[in-house]
Parts: sequence; structure tokens; C-alpha cells
Amino acid sequence: MVNEAAFHPWDDPDATPLIRIEGVTKTFGDFTAIDDVSLSIYGQEFFALLGPSGCGKTTLMRMLAGFETPSAGRITIDGTDMAGVPPNKRAVNMMFQSYALFPHLSVWDNIAFGLKRDGLDRDLVGARVDEMLKLTQLGKLARRKPHQLSGGQRQRVALARAMAKGPKLLLLDEPLGALDKKLRQETQFELMDIQEKTGTTFVIVTHDQEEAMTVASRVAVMDQGRFMQVDTPDRIYEAPNSVYVADFIGDVNLVPARVRQLRDAVMLDWAEGKRFFAKPVGDLTVGQEVTLAIRPEKIAISREVPEEPNRVKGKILDIGYLGNLSTYHVELPEGPVIKCEVGNRSRLSRRDFSWDDEVWLSWSDTAGLVLSS
Amino acid sequence: MLRVFTAIPYVWLLVLFLVPFAIVAKISVSDYAISIPPYTPTLDFSEGWAGVNAFFAALDFENFTFLAEDELYWKAYLSSVQIAAIATFLTLSVGFPIAYGMARAPREWQPALLMLVILPFWTSFLIRVYAWIGILANEGFLNQFLMWLGVISEPLQILNTNWAVYIGIVYTYLPFMILPIYASLERMDPSLLEAAEDLGCSRTAAFWHVTWPLARPGVIAGCFLVFIPTVGEFVIPSLLGGSDTLMIGKVLWEEFFNNRDWPVASAVAIILLLILIIPIVLFQRHETKERERGA
Repeated sequence: MVNEAAFHPWDDPDATPLIRIEGVTKTFGDFTAIDDVSLSIYGQEFFALLGPSGCGKTTLMRMLAGFETPSAGRITIDGTDMAGVPPNKRAVNMMFQSYALFPHLSVWDNIAFGLKRDGLDRDLVGARVDEMLKLTQLGKLARRKPHQLSGGQRQRVALARAMAKGPKLLLLDEPLGALDKKLRQETQFELMDIQEKTGTTFVIVTHDQEEAMTVASRVAVMDQGRFMQVDTPDRIYEAPNSVYVADFIGDVNLVPARVRQLRDAVMLDWAEGKRFFAKPVGDLTVGQEVTLAIRPEKIAISREVPEEPNRVKGKILDIGYLGNLSTYHVELPEGPVIKCEVGNRSRLSRRDFSWDDEVWLSWSDTAGLVLSS
Repeated sequence: MLRVFTAIPYVWLLVLFLVPFAIVAKISVSDYAISIPPYTPTLDFSEGWAGVNAFFAALDFENFTFLAEDELYWKAYLSSVQIAAIATFLTLSVGFPIAYGMARAPREWQPALLMLVILPFWTSFLIRVYAWIGILANEGFLNQFLMWLGVISEPLQILNTNWAVYIGIVYTYLPFMILPIYASLERMDPSLLEAAEDLGCSRTAAFWHVTWPLARPGVIAGCFLVFIPTVGEFVIPSLLGGSDTLMIGKVLWEEFFNNRDWPVASAVAIILLLILIIPIVLFQRHETKERERGA
């Protein structure tokens, strides 16, 4: 990732985006895969399209690659309208979810494939392939065939092949989906490294929110062919604009409530005579039905009555031990079950709470978010 | 117990292949005789060791010399190989698009399409070849149809020409070409073609750089499976071919049944086998290599 402090072209009104998606709709029969979306992606961005399967993220990516044509709207890349431009004539390359490595060609020939099609000089092809092998640390495997490689190595060959032609835009379709968790995490950082080194604009499609949050400079959360929110990872997490986004990204407690008073903090009724205070999002009116969203890690658990303005008493229903964290499910007498996450700083044997214990949960009035949609 | 089971294929090959081959080989070095069986010498154990010696002394390679000297046989072998090669090429040209179409068809149709390819095997091979006589004859369906269309005014002479033989072979051996090609194309990940396009190939270039190399094992297997039996084919040339259709299978049949010259017929068969051993060995090597590659 490029230095966060300096790299914010989306906030700069004078910046020219590399990709403009303008009012694009894609329908298959009577199914609308992409529903009138607009988006600008800037040069050198690492942009993530995030959403559940069937949300349209892959369709949108395939339109950028040229494998699908928009039913309506316009896509421009570097100022050129892409309508009618076939995939082989676009300065866009794609890393496929299945990797799509040519099984009859060696690693070297797979990487050289695109360069040879451009009719490049043999020496130039060789030099470029060697450069790619070095970038992806595949030097020793150049003569192997894809079936002689591990999953992680194949993933790198696919990346090297897609990068070889030096595209303006690199599309990555669930690039790490086939790897196990540990390798996936390592590879995420490698991807970011390579993206930074080459300065290529990356658009990644993923359903894994952790992956999107880790690698991306901006994330578009998609649902049913629309963008729910397009923002930086921290904004998506800390300031989701809807219940959908809050719920999709990470763990969250959602409590239905009604607005009682609007001051610096909003006062909410969430049960008979019970109130919470929270930071508002958007315009609210008194009496409006809303949802209070609180991240589990922002909730403290204690035996003594806490000082915080938001505090509730409940009974521990479940304890999830994750090693570094413990998750407590606390049932409130009013009905809701609140999840609370606590770092395990001390050893398990010294844990203070057990099943069926009566405990207090508390959080500050800036921890919760009021979501009206 | 297990040993008995592993022995079964060897016993099978010994009794049903090696022993008959030895008999044929033995007859091929015998001489023609008007007797029953129609060759000499026969092994006579009543004279003891002397009889066995006399038997072996009477064997010679005269028949093979005869085959080498008479140009009919050379021409028949050569023409068989040529007809088989052309027929294999024609079968490939018809079979490849069919296999390609099948592999590209929606998943749920594929079992039905496979069934349709195999379906002709449910009818006797002989009956199917006879049926082609009815189609290709001068008064046959094809000529009647073409004349009804007005494309031709006089019937085409197709039956009893090499063309009829090619049609018969292509029709009969088509499944042996389609199935291996289909098997190799069906395994192919369709995103490979998208990847090729993404990397700068046109559709045609993607076919030659990706689809064709991946289909090649199937194409090679299919060509061998058609070529090998076609060289020795007898039924199709004798039913559909004309008097000038020269194939070694037909020569063999005539030698055996019309001339009743078993020794020469056996020699013809032995040489045919020797000719076919080359492609069979090549085919086996190809299959082994493919299996190692896939493993």
C-alpha cells in the first residue's frame, strides 16, 4: 500500500481517475447483475470489490477485462471508452480465480505467453520473464510444468503471467481463495509489496473481508449489484453507513432502538426504560426507528458496576476461547444477547468469568453507531 | 489365491493369442497341398523323433519370398496403409468438430450426446455396413434425394468406389475418434481460453495455442484407434468398395477362402501384423507417456 497519509487521490477534486465506471448496468435475461453503478478508480490504487457470492463483483470485474459488455452505461480506462474493445486489445490483465495456467506450458512459457503474442523480440521476452520470475521468487521453478507446483507457487505464476505485459490495470479474481489461511495471510503482504514496487493499479475481487481490509486502499462493499459503501478500510469498519455494511464487515452487535433525544450524543430507547448513548450517523429525527451497532471489542466486561454511560447487566451464556481473544455471549434480561471480545492478556487459569456469571457490560458513548438504514 | 487371479490374463493371452499366432506362423512356413488340412507338412508323432525332424526340415520361407516377389501383395499393403491414412484423416476432420461441440455443450446435455455417439454400437456392425449399400447405391437414398433436389440429373457412382470405403470407415470408426478427443477437451478449463484472450490472443490464436495442444493427446489416441484396425479392414472394402479397391484384408480373405491357400494367407497375415506392430508400439509409448504426465 502506498503511504496512507499522502495517497488519497479520491479526496482530491483535481485528480483524474484511471477507470471511470458511469451508470453501468448489466442484465442476464431478467436478472440484474449490476444495477446502475458509478465509480472512479485512481492510478496506483489497490481497490477491493467485496461482497457475498452473487453480489455482482465478478461481473463488474469481467466487464473491466472485456469478457462481458455493459447492458447500459460506459466504462473508460485512461480516458478511452472501452465499448467494443475486446479483451485482447485492452491494457488490462487478469489473474483468474482458477489461475488458468496453461497445463502444457512450463512456468517460463506461461509467463512469456502474452509477451510472445505481442511479437516481442526474443531477448526482450527473456529479460521480461526473468524479471517477473525474480519479482515472484520463482526463478528455480522456471522449467516446471504447472502440475508440478504447489498451490502457492501456482498462484505466483498466475500473478507473474498477468503482470508480465505491464498492464495499466491488473484484475485479481479471488486471488488467494485456494490457499490455506496461513499462506493466504503471507501472500496478502506479498501482493501489497508487489503492487507497491510496480505501481500498477490493482482491482481485487474477494468475498473475504479480512483480505479486502488488509490489502486495499479502498473497498467497495457490494450487495445485489449495487455499491453499499465505497470507502477506506478504516472508514468502512469504524463508520459503516448501513446495517448491511456493519454486519458484513467484522463482528457487530446490532440492537434495534428508537431515537429519544438528539444532543451531542443521541439518546436511544432500546427497551422499556432502558437507554443507550451513541454517536449519530446522518440525519436523525426524534422517534425514528434505528439500529445501534457496537463492535464486540469496544465493549468492556466487569464484575463491578462500571463508570461508562452505557452499561448493562447480564448473564454469561457462552464463552468462546480463540487463544488470543475470548468472546463472551452475554444475555440481557430484556432479551438481546451481546457479544463482547476481550484480549487474553493473562493465562486462562486466571480468567475472572465463568458460565452463568452475572456481569456488567459497558462502552463509551462514542463506541456505538446509530444506523438508520 | 491372488496368484491364480493375476495369472488369468496371462493364461487368456497365451491360449487365445499366442497359441493361435504360433499356429498361423507355423502354417505360413508350410506348403500348399490338396489335402485336409490343405497344407503340408503335418506333425506326425507315430514316427517318433525322426517325424519331428522331418517336419521341421520341410518348413521354409517360400511363401514370404513369393509375397515379396508378387507386386500384388506389395501394392495391397501399400494401398491399405494409404486408404487407412486418408480415412483416419477424414475421420479426424469429422470427429474433431463433433468432439469439440460436445465438450462445449451445456453440462446437462453431455451424457445424452455421449449416448448418441455410442448408440450405433447397439446394432450389428455388418448390418450397418449393409445399410450403407442402400444409401449409396445408384438407386439408393442419397442419389434419389440429390436427384429430387435437382442437384444432379444422373445418379452418382459412389458405391463400389474408394469413396464408399472412406464413407464406411469414417462412419464406423467415428466413435473411436470422438471419444478420446472429447475426453481431453472436456477436461479443459474454459477459463484457459479467456486467459489466452486476456493475454492478447484472438479467438483463432487461442484455439491454436491452447485448445489444440491440449486436445493433441486425444487426437493422437483417436488416430491410432482408427488407423490400426482400418489397415486390416475387410468387411467395409469388400461390401462397399469396388473391384479396384485394393486392401490387404480383402486379399487375405480371397487367398484363404477362394484360393484355399492357407500357407500364403497366413504369411499375408503375419506380415500385416508386423506392419501394424510399428503403430501399435508407438501408440503404447504415447499412452504410457500420457499416463506418466497425468500422474
